[in-house]
Amino acid sequence: MESLYGTWPWYVSGFLIGSVMLALIYFGKTFGMSSNLRTMCTILGAGKTSDFFKFDWKTQRWNLVVVLGAMIGGYIAVHFLSDPSQMVELNPKTVTELQAMHIDAPNGKLLPDALTSAEALQSPKILGILLLGGLLVGFGTRYAGGCTSGHAITGLSTLQLPSLIAVIGFFIGGLIMSWLLLPLFFN
Amino acid sequence: MKFIKYLLVGIVFGIVLTKSEAVSWYRIYEMFHFQSFHMFGIIMTAVVVGTIGVQIIKRNNIKDVSGEPIVFPDKKKGFSNYFVGGTFFGLGWGLIGTCPGPMFILIGAGFYGIGVVLLGALVGTYIYGLLRNKLPH
Repeated sequence: MESLYGTWPWYVSGFLIGSVMLALIYFGKTFGMSSNLRTMCTILGAGKTSDFFKFDWKTQRWNLVVVLGAMIGGYIAVHFLSDPSQMVELNPKTVTELQAMHIDAPNGKLLPDALTSAEALQSPKILGILLLGGLLVGFGTRYAGGCTSGHAITGLSTLQLPSLIAVIGFFIGGLIMSWLLLPLFFN
Repeated sequence: MKFIKYLLVGIVFGIVLTKSEAVSWYRIYEMFHFQSFHMFGIIMTAVVVGTIGVQIIKRNNIKDVSGEPIVFPDKKKGFSNYFVGGTFFGLGWGLIGTCPGPMFILIGAGFYGIGVVLLGALVGTYIYGLLRNKLPH
């Protein structure tokens, strides 16, 4: 049942993600994806209007290369390592709940058509949702000083209290959105 | 060529996040509704492996690849920035199911609509940069 082409089990995935973090530490760097957003703002010229973006972005080139690799990895995984008949098998309860919000069942897809199909992307409402979600993630991650990789994985692994506070915030925000607000967006 | 190792680490990261389906909006929804152990298992395993690795590095004073000592700088003390910022992040994560790593991975995988999310995230980062001195930290 479990194959390379289906959903990788959580213990294999978690082990590999932990190893990615340790590899970057061994290379003298830290695992953190959201800093790349700041670097990209700097490259786009944000330093002209805010000191927060005035730094030598070239010191962050290695992390942009990690991002490039991650994009290639996503391409490889979807095009060469995926069998949709063995993917995204959800709890049937989840599927029923999503139906009530008019969100299509995965049937082997990673993302719902309701969010990213060519048709959905014509809808101002969906574009607004994608933009708003991005805004919240971008603002929140910088305010909190990290995202899932920097706080939940790296921060907790190095036993940092601030990261625990941030991760609790991640979950409070996520629970409020998923339980209370999401049904208002999709009804 | 010193960048090759970062490219390889990135490729592994992109493949694992896609194949574990941590990049999937569905898995994030399922996680926030406690309807599957999958995402919790991934995060907990990564943290356990990370913690053990960090302890091994610390106790044996292992040097990094260029022979420098490995240091783990403590994050600055604080509460509001971590808590409020984290909550904003969570609201976005629960809505579009994509945190910063997966944004790039999904675009690479061909979900170009996620480009709108990335645009939003860059604007959000920029807004933080503008407001930083006015926000409680």
